[in-house]
Amino acid sequence: MMGGAGPLLQRLDELVRPSVTLAVDGQVVTALEGDTVLTAVLLHGAALRQSEFGDGPRAGFCLMGACQDCWVWTEQGTRLRACSTPVTAGLRIVTREVPWPRLG
Amino acid sequence: MAAPRVIVVGAGPAGTRAAEVLVAAGLRPVVIDEAADNGGQIYRRQPAGFRRRAEELYGTEAGRARAVHGAFSALRGRIEHWPQSLAWQLRDGTLQVERGGRAHRLDFDRIILATGATDRLLPIPGWTVPGTFSLGAAQIALKAQACAIGRRVIFLGSGPLLYLVAAQYVKAGAQVAAVLDTAPAAARRAALPLMAVRPSLLIKGAALLWRLKRAGVPVHHGVAPLRIEGDSRVSGLVFRDAAGREQRLEGDAVGMGWHLRAESQLADLAGCTFAFDEVSRQWLPRIDADGRSSVDGVYLAGDGVRLAGADAAELGGKLAARAVLQDLGLPPPAGIDAEQLRRSLARMERFRQGLAVAFPWPGDIIAKLSDDTLVCRCEAITAGTLRRSATALEAPEMNRAKAFTRVGMGRCQGRFCGIAGAEILAAARGEPMQAAGRIRSAAPVKPLAVAIEVETP
Amino acid sequence: MAAVNQSDVLILGGGMMGAATAFFLRQRGVSVTLLERGLCGQQASGVNFGNVRRQGRFLPQLPLANRSRLLWSRLPELLGEDVEFLPTGHLRVAYRPEHLAMMEEYRDGSRNYGLELEIIGGNAARDRYPWLSQEVLGGSFSVEDGHANPRLVAPAFARAAKRDGARIVENCDVVAIECEATGFRLESAGGEVWRAPVLQVSAGAWGGRIAASFGEAVPIIARGPQMGVTEPVPYALHPVLGVTTKTVGEVVYLRQVTRGNIVFGGTGHGPADLDTRRAKVMPEITLQQFSQLRRMVPAIGALRIIRTWSGVEGYLRDDRPVMGPSGKVSGLFYAFGFCGHGFQLGPGVGEVMAELIATGSTTTPLAPFHIGRFA
Ligand SMILES: Cc1cc2nc3c(=O)[nH]c(=O)nc-3n(C[C@H](O)[C@H](O)[C@H](O)COP(=O)(O)OP(=O)(O)OC[C@H]3O[C@@H](n4cnc5c(N)ncnc54)[C@H](O)[C@@H]3O)c2cc1C
Ligand SMILES: Cc1cc2nc3c(=O)[nH]c(=O)nc-3n(C[C@H](O)[C@H](O)[C@H](O)COP(=O)(O)OP(=O)(O)OC[C@H]3O[C@@H](n4cnc5c(N)ncnc54)[C@H](O)[C@@H]3O)c2cc1C
Ligand code: FES
Repeated sequence: MMGGAGPLLQRLDELVRPSVTLAVDGQVVTALEGDTVLTAVLLHGAALRQSEFGDGPRAGFCLMGACQDCWVWTEQGTRLRACSTPVTAGLRIVTREVPWPRLG
Repeated sequence: MAAPRVIVVGAGPAGTRAAEVLVAAGLRPVVIDEAADNGGQIYRRQPAGFRRRAEELYGTEAGRARAVHGAFSALRGRIEHWPQSLAWQLRDGTLQVERGGRAHRLDFDRIILATGATDRLLPIPGWTVPGTFSLGAAQIALKAQACAIGRRVIFLGSGPLLYLVAAQYVKAGAQVAAVLDTAPAAARRAALPLMAVRPSLLIKGAALLWRLKRAGVPVHHGVAPLRIEGDSRVSGLVFRDAAGREQRLEGDAVGMGWHLRAESQLADLAGCTFAFDEVSRQWLPRIDADGRSSVDGVYLAGDGVRLAGADAAELGGKLAARAVLQDLGLPPPAGIDAEQLRRSLARMERFRQGLAVAFPWPGDIIAKLSDDTLVCRCEAITAGTLRRSATALEAPEMNRAKAFTRVGMGRCQGRFCGIAGAEILAAARGEPMQAAGRIRSAAPVKPLAVAIEVETP
Repeated sequence: MAAVNQSDVLILGGGMMGAATAFFLRQRGVSVTLLERGLCGQQASGVNFGNVRRQGRFLPQLPLANRSRLLWSRLPELLGEDVEFLPTGHLRVAYRPEHLAMMEEYRDGSRNYGLELEIIGGNAARDRYPWLSQEVLGGSFSVEDGHANPRLVAPAFARAAKRDGARIVENCDVVAIECEATGFRLESAGGEVWRAPVLQVSAGAWGGRIAASFGEAVPIIARGPQMGVTEPVPYALHPVLGVTTKTVGEVVYLRQVTRGNIVFGGTGHGPADLDTRRAKVMPEITLQQFSQLRRMVPAIGALRIIRTWSGVEGYLRDDRPVMGPSGKVSGLFYAFGFCGHGFQLGPGVGEVMAELIATGSTTTPLAPFHIGRFA
């Protein structure tokens, strides 16, 4: 019933928007224009990142840029605050590894 | 003489009304907001391309939302609007702003801080499990993204936003498992005399409850949350009901919050004096009736200082702007009756006191949290660690506890653990919460990119 | 009643210097009372960068620094607490040949003091530390230096001293000091009185005012080194890092804690105020530090900083502390004004001052730090 894999968030409305493709942990994910990175990732899975201190996965908390719990990494090694960054085509997000320090 | 430079931080209802008054007096203020668009929290705008009407987004407040948005639109071209700009440091007449990856230094003659509020939280075991969000987050998911935070949502907390968001979820077609209010039912009856000063809001509140009842959503008063269950995602919530029975609710999401906490970092950095506010159980910048802080040139308005709601924020914004004009020696703005604004604010203040009686901050629940509860989400610091710093290490207040344990030292700078942390620390020392003080703010008020570009003169 | 506030030694100031002296005096069985205006370790000692570094110091200070370094390894045993000391090594890099030459010269000099430094070329350094930038020409590595958590050390010394019988009085602002026939009489803002035949002034940046009141004015100014810290990332930068340069704007130093945050400082100081007891963080300096951080470790450019701070530190004109007996008043001792590098010295200063006070002399040479040099 509850739990297991699958999305955290549920879309209720505003379904008619152009779609945008991004990658999350190597998997292709389709989002809609106007989605935040947080929305796009959590409509697909249940985590944005792992806590640095070993207490498990995190998926954001405040959605208003206050708690800073939603910072994600891109494959390229850049940082995005997922709740306040709109998706753009071609984004490649990683939620499990931390690509730091990137060399060269 | 060059026109005085006035900055407004925040483009919510308070900032919008403040800017409006300044523009009417012939000034051209800089309006800075981190958000992509104006509106602030309550009148937050949905992204371009979304089609829901104001009535769907803002319900009974649609008219006000339109009015505030309209007022802001009318200012375009007459203000310098800096959206997506973070004010990260304020001191000695200079504001530091990050905009589009560049550092800007803005000197000002006067500044109005209309920075609003965020949810006030208390920790419970499991509140970091994915699927747990703040109440504000639950509302933003709906307003700005047309999403629910889960398939079956449990709402927990206290305060008007608890019922409002639950009702908005019901209306949007989401499944609400239950509303769990930590306030006992009797508290609301005790608060009625104070709250009667704003009957229309009382009626709105009753309508929300009625809508929840009609939708068959169970509402429990006087609960004590025990834990959120689930490893990698929420599976349910266990609480003790008013009769003392343990109950478990099935759900895949929790929206939790206990009213609001003022976003007051910039005022703190500016050096404003704070005082403990018994009503909201938090430290707030001190202002005079019109919003002048203890620091010359720094004014405050809205939920960042009064926590009296959106209508009060609009009035506070007008009063603060009027005070700015007065202090600059400019003629008073037409059409603003300061006396009447102050009277209205005083009435709203009574209502705010009523709300605090009706939906009290559950200090007793926090004091009793188990030692393994994570208090500081950012640094993963437990209640037990915090208590040990209070006892074995003799930390008398939050900054000392922070130095020893790292509580409040993380990315959010104590926004989400500071108030509850003070409660835990004070309880461990057998003192009232205010004795634990407040975590001093530090720049940058939010994380700042090391890659920021600096203009080289 | 008056006898209650009598001890063999009074220590004014509960930073690292005062707290460590109190601790080591108790090890020698001397009765000691420490008076601290706020809480122990709340000023410079609690907010500094945390560098436990010997390389780069004024050479005649190395005997003291070496003695302190030995104590750093023993702190868990001595104090019964972990202060997060990590002997990770300390690497200073150079961007220009003339600075490499300075490093070599320093290495040759420090050898006589028992400090072994290894000079490595840029490529060798990058082989070892692949995150170093291409601009690094070379570096000097001190294998036994490291870093610790400044927020923990002075309070831990004070607790251990208390455990061993010292009297630690916090929230005690000393407002009057008098010399009497039998020694010193100190009075707090609260009107309490303390007496002892021996007084140590370890009042940090405030020490200059007290020395002046004994007719021993010194050229000291208060300034605030500028600190910042990034969000946590995987532990990768193991040694503490610094730069050898003659240009202040190029100075940056950083260390990563095992939890992941990178603490940094450099490129200049801000103003510090003895009366408000606070030092300002200058945003311009923070921004300047960013470019120097990226210059040394480009990967830091991907990160965000989450906090900045500063602290009140006392700097003498010749960049050396005031340490040792007074030149004028018998029974009076000084240990203040550590010029931005007292953290590493703290345990050693405590042990040396305790030795000096208890026995009348110390095996560690202190002559270069005597207050008489300004007379
Ligand atoms: C999530 C949430 C939902 C709410 N929903 C309701 C509701 O439905 N009904 C209700 O009556 N009340 C609600 N409230 C209360 C509501 O916030 C207010 O009463 C009202 O929005 C206050 O207006 P304001 O102008 O004071 O602040 P806000 O509307 O919060 O505006 C403050 C603005 O300042 C900006 N800002 C803050 N700090 C900085 C900075 N350092 N740099 C740049 N910009 C900055 C923010 O981005 C924000 O846009 C809600 C509060 C929250 C937190
Ligand atoms: C930001 C910063 C970064 C630094 N980085 C490093 C580093 O990386 N490595 C390093 O080795 N060093 C560093 N230092 C220097 C180091 O922190 C200091 O040299 C050292 O802590 C000094 O210790 P102290 O005990 O002399 O002074 P303090 O820690 O300042 O203690 C003096 C105490 O005396 C008390 N006092 C003063 N007047 C009175 C009075 N009248 N009555 C009662 N009490 C009084 C004060 O309240 C204070 O607690 C740094 C300093 C700062 C500020
Ligand atoms: S979810 Fe809180 S900052 Fe993004």
